[in-house]
Amino acid sequence: MTASSAEPVIRLRDLTRVYQMGETEVRALDGVTLDVAPGEFLAVMGPSGSGKSTFMNILGCLDRPTSGTYVLEGVDVSTLDRNERAGIRNDKIGFVFQNFNLLSRTSALENVELPLLYSRKHRLSDAEQLVKARECLGRVGLADRWDHTPAQLSGGQQQRVAIARALVNDPSIMLGDEPTGNLDSRTSDEVMGIFQALNEEGKTIVLITHEHDIAEYARRVVAFRDGRLVADELVKARRSAKGAR
Amino acid sequence: MTKTTSILKVAFRAMGRNKMRSLLTALGIIIGVACVVATIGIGEGARVQTEQQLQSLGTNYLMIHPGTVTSSGARSGWGSNSKLSEEDVDAIRREVPTISYVSASIRSVAQVVYGNQNWSTSIQGGEVDWPAIRSWNVAQGQFFTDQDNRAAAKVCVLGQTVATTLFGSEDPIGKAIRIKNIPFRVVGVLEPKGGSMMGQDQDDTVIAPYQTVRKKIMGTTAVGMIMAAVSTPELVPQAQEEITALLRQRHRINRAAGQEDDFMIRSQTEMLARAEEQAKTMAILLWSIAGVSLLVGGIGIMNIMLVSVTERTREIGVRMAIGAKGADIRAQFLVEAVVLAIAGGVLGIALGVGIQQAVARLAGWPVAVTTSSVSLAFVFSAVIGVTFGFYPALKASRLDPIEALRYE
Repeated sequence: MTASSAEPVIRLRDLTRVYQMGETEVRALDGVTLDVAPGEFLAVMGPSGSGKSTFMNILGCLDRPTSGTYVLEGVDVSTLDRNERAGIRNDKIGFVFQNFNLLSRTSALENVELPLLYSRKHRLSDAEQLVKARECLGRVGLADRWDHTPAQLSGGQQQRVAIARALVNDPSIMLGDEPTGNLDSRTSDEVMGIFQALNEEGKTIVLITHEHDIAEYARRVVAFRDGRLVADELVKARRSAKGAR
Repeated sequence: MTKTTSILKVAFRAMGRNKMRSLLTALGIIIGVACVVATIGIGEGARVQTEQQLQSLGTNYLMIHPGTVTSSGARSGWGSNSKLSEEDVDAIRREVPTISYVSASIRSVAQVVYGNQNWSTSIQGGEVDWPAIRSWNVAQGQFFTDQDNRAAAKVCVLGQTVATTLFGSEDPIGKAIRIKNIPFRVVGVLEPKGGSMMGQDQDDTVIAPYQTVRKKIMGTTAVGMIMAAVSTPELVPQAQEEITALLRQRHRINRAAGQEDDFMIRSQTEMLARAEEQAKTMAILLWSIAGVSLLVGGIGIMNIMLVSVTERTREIGVRMAIGAKGADIRAQFLVEAVVLAIAGGVLGIALGVGIQQAVARLAGWPVAVTTSSVSLAFVFSAVIGVTFGFYPALKASRLDPIEALRYE
């Protein structure tokens, strides 16, 4: 670690998460050590039960490790309480879920605005919030659909709104939890194109997926098995989205 | 969009999504608040009404009724055997200085006839002090004189209702009417007085000299009642004591030996107190209905908010994932409960004002929609919303975001 630019965004040291299931202890994560540099595009793979969801929850500050440290942008977030973690999630993390998780009967624009309402970093005026939300919708190519509710949008469009929502607070990292799991291959390609474009612009992206095809859009792939990291390699034949802008 | 407007928007949207459910939930609050508004309004109307009547009667008005008489252990009813006499009236006039006016009084019901018109009304016998005691003057003609009373002259003064019923637009002064077939000359017509505290039409009456009514109409020797006016309202209790002492002495009643008074003094303040007592009973009843409905309404709100929290678990998870703190979620659900309660409160206020208008119209009371009752109802419903919305909101804010996001 010689240059400040080499300082990792995510720095995990010996991360362990143990669940107590009655009498038995389940080690969902067992000593995970990993660095993610700024601007990386990381895919996390592994079969179900491998610990990748637990990993994602901790990375997203939804959960805390039982032991080990997690330093996000130089801040140790592994010991923060509920409210502090909520602040970190709002500030530094952009979530994209498998089932989009947009608020129903709420316009795309309002959905995108939502993180700004809980923001303590940005104290924006109403007008500034609108500009910001519209700009993010524009980045995912949905500027003209701002007043549509999720029910009026296709799956791919909904996921793009969700990506815009994740972007709106300028997060340090974007976390995707199987973001293409509910989409067909053509739409998946479209969504992955957006992630690639954002990565080109310098966003750090971590995606969970169990599909090799999807992992190939990333630059680096890690794999979990029984709570441990078993592979960490760069993607050799990287796919690029056909429909990319 | 600020956080506040967003929270309100979401709250209204949640309420609008289940209109029927929201309405039914708010029903308890609606009824409760309507009760509160109606109670205060009706109570206020009744109070204004009583006050007006009190002023019209005079606060210094005393009535001495014959009391119950016990003979051989059997207590006969009120005034059934009057021990009050004309001498008692004179004695009060002479010996009680705090009394400025006094009059013997007697009352009967009779048919009065003029031409081809006839009417059943109350015939009151009184003495010349009657108008001063009742603070009720003649509008036309004049009141009869002391001379008329002593001579048992067949003259009378009509209440407005009787005058209009018998004479219509005709001038009654100087005309002869027949009371129990005895001809009486009309010498005056009283000012209109309106309904009494008990709701009777006070103008439906004929006043004639006490002696005339006693001898010619009733054929009795007993005084029905003694009416008196105390010089100032402050002296009413003292006057009551003095009259009591005087009558006990005159009637040879020994309280120490356990003898009961054979008379009863009622003051206007006592009657007012009784009316207030009735109003209070009514108010307690309505307040308890209000209290119970507000409690039930509150529980309804809590119930529906718990359902709402469960239904929207995933939404809560999403909000938490993108950075909502526990306090944000708590505020969201608390505001929804308050919005629901206040919506119920507003409907309740409308309903309550309606009830109050209807009751006021039926009872002939002045309508008194006070801003204080409306704002009280408003605050009430907000408090209910906060109180009963707190637990569901707390429950929502304590959800684990991971669990909530996974909720189907």
